[in-house]
Amino acid sequence: MRRLLGTLPTLFCIVTVSFFIVRLAPGGPFDQEQSIPAPIRANLDRLYGLDQPLGVQYAHYLKGLLHGDFGPSFKLRDFTVGELIAQGLPLSSTLGLAAMALALLVGIPLGVLAASRRNSPADLGITAAVMLGIALPGFVTGPLFALGFGLYWHWLPVAGWEEGSPRYLVLPVITLALPVMAYITRITRGSLLEVLRANYVQTARARGLGEARVIWRHALRPALLPVVSYLGPAAAYVVTGSLVVETVFGLPGTGRYLVQGALNRDYTLVMGMITVYGALTVGFNFLADLIYGWLDPTVRHE
Amino acid sequence: MMGRGLWVDAWRRLRASRVVLVAMGIAVAVTVLALIGPLLSPYAVDTLDWQHLAIGPGRVASHWLGTDRLGRDLFVRTLYGVRISLLIGLLASLVSLGVGVTWGSVAGYVGGRTDEWMMRFVDVLYSLPYLFIVIILTTLFTRGSLTVLLLAIGAIGWLTTARIVRGQTLSLKRREFVEAARATGVGTPGIIIRHIVPNLMGSVVVYATLSIPQMILFESFLSFLGLGVQEPLASLGSLIYDGAQEMESSPWMLLMPALFLVTLLVCLNVVGDGLRDALDPRDR
Repeated sequence: MRRLLGTLPTLFCIVTVSFFIVRLAPGGPFDQEQSIPAPIRANLDRLYGLDQPLGVQYAHYLKGLLHGDFGPSFKLRDFTVGELIAQGLPLSSTLGLAAMALALLVGIPLGVLAASRRNSPADLGITAAVMLGIALPGFVTGPLFALGFGLYWHWLPVAGWEEGSPRYLVLPVITLALPVMAYITRITRGSLLEVLRANYVQTARARGLGEARVIWRHALRPALLPVVSYLGPAAAYVVTGSLVVETVFGLPGTGRYLVQGALNRDYTLVMGMITVYGALTVGFNFLADLIYGWLDPTVRHE
Repeated sequence: MMGRGLWVDAWRRLRASRVVLVAMGIAVAVTVLALIGPLLSPYAVDTLDWQHLAIGPGRVASHWLGTDRLGRDLFVRTLYGVRISLLIGLLASLVSLGVGVTWGSVAGYVGGRTDEWMMRFVDVLYSLPYLFIVIILTTLFTRGSLTVLLLAIGAIGWLTTARIVRGQTLSLKRREFVEAARATGVGTPGIIIRHIVPNLMGSVVVYATLSIPQMILFESFLSFLGLGVQEPLASLGSLIYDGAQEMESSPWMLLMPALFLVTLLVCLNVVGDGLRDALDPRDR
């Protein structure tokens, strides 16, 4: 519980730093519409509180946040930022969680397979695939998958989204999961190889336990610790990667709001996005810490 | 003598791996092609050829890789993209190297409360979703300016460099030669510049080299989102985005830049991994 409170300062820093970066940049939300006469412009500024000193606006914004209010969107006038994010977030989080689950469910077994048959053809193949997976960014694999599986073979839809139809999520999830999967495989393989050299593993072998039992019962748990510490960076990757994947596959998630909002100087929208995604990243790091403590009792009472 | 021995040794081990050698060869070949290739073609990066809009590779003798929707030569544009990617990758690594070395060595050498605050700052920046900050920086401040792009991408890398440098500085500053310099009256800036930094450059330069593919990836990522290099210039990221829009009718527009980016990234990663393995003293 105390550690949960410990994440709050980080979140506060994220909000503060990004608030001032966004505000100190040249340009404002109503600059592009040149036809606005000065009095109307002044009224607009007053309506959204833009005429007040920056410090006052900041205090006001923080107060709103504490009540869960992200403020109105400056550009998409009929919506509040909260509504916009609430619309897109279910899809975005489904995408992210599914990708994370896929990466773990495939990555860990692959890493175990590679480590347990070191230097076999399977190991070499997996290592090469990992290399490729790490080097290939989502904005390359995404369009290529869409081209191959969508346009040529017609197995899956190229892009778009229909409510309640998971077929549309298959390619995006795979695209988003691949690099994370590659990293997880590499980390699992490396740390398992290290653990397999440890004395207690040799002891287990010496007692006549089968290799499979040695790996699954004795070696895997400590070997997974580095994977767990990678979960935090992985979450950050999935969060930013979803921006690209949503663009490539035309999914109506929240990703587009960040870039769109920044281009339009839609202050509240950008801030809302950063706050929500920042909270997600921080939250995942926290979760990774908890799992780490559960797997490794020595760090539990630090 | 020590340093020389390490590098000679590393080079020998690097040469022993055929995969790394092949990757290095391909990376060099792509670089050379990017430098001289555009000179061989009769087209400039923004020449519009109205007679040949969106034609495939090899259909017209002078457009080796075909053209895009506006009739611009894809061979030239792709190679320009490679140039920009390499340039930004190199320069951004230099930027992060410069900032990171300065920050880390000062924090490590001065120590005390200064060190604490400087490294706390790095920790806070680490926990920010940095790609978001980069996206916001590049959008808000003069979109498409190469300088901003460079600074924004370089801003990511320096955090890790600063940590590595600080660690090295902490151990270096207890060595006899630093003490000797201090005893003879050399000031703090002098010691950092003349004695600390030259001694930690080796390992840090290796890290900077390893980070080049990462930087290239960031640049393409931003350009893909439309926040990086702007028309009429091309980057591999923006070409891939353009190609993805047209892939139904003319898939080569996607495949050509994607092929180059993938080749470049895979080769640089293989070389980087090989370099790290070759320098890793654990296996000695």
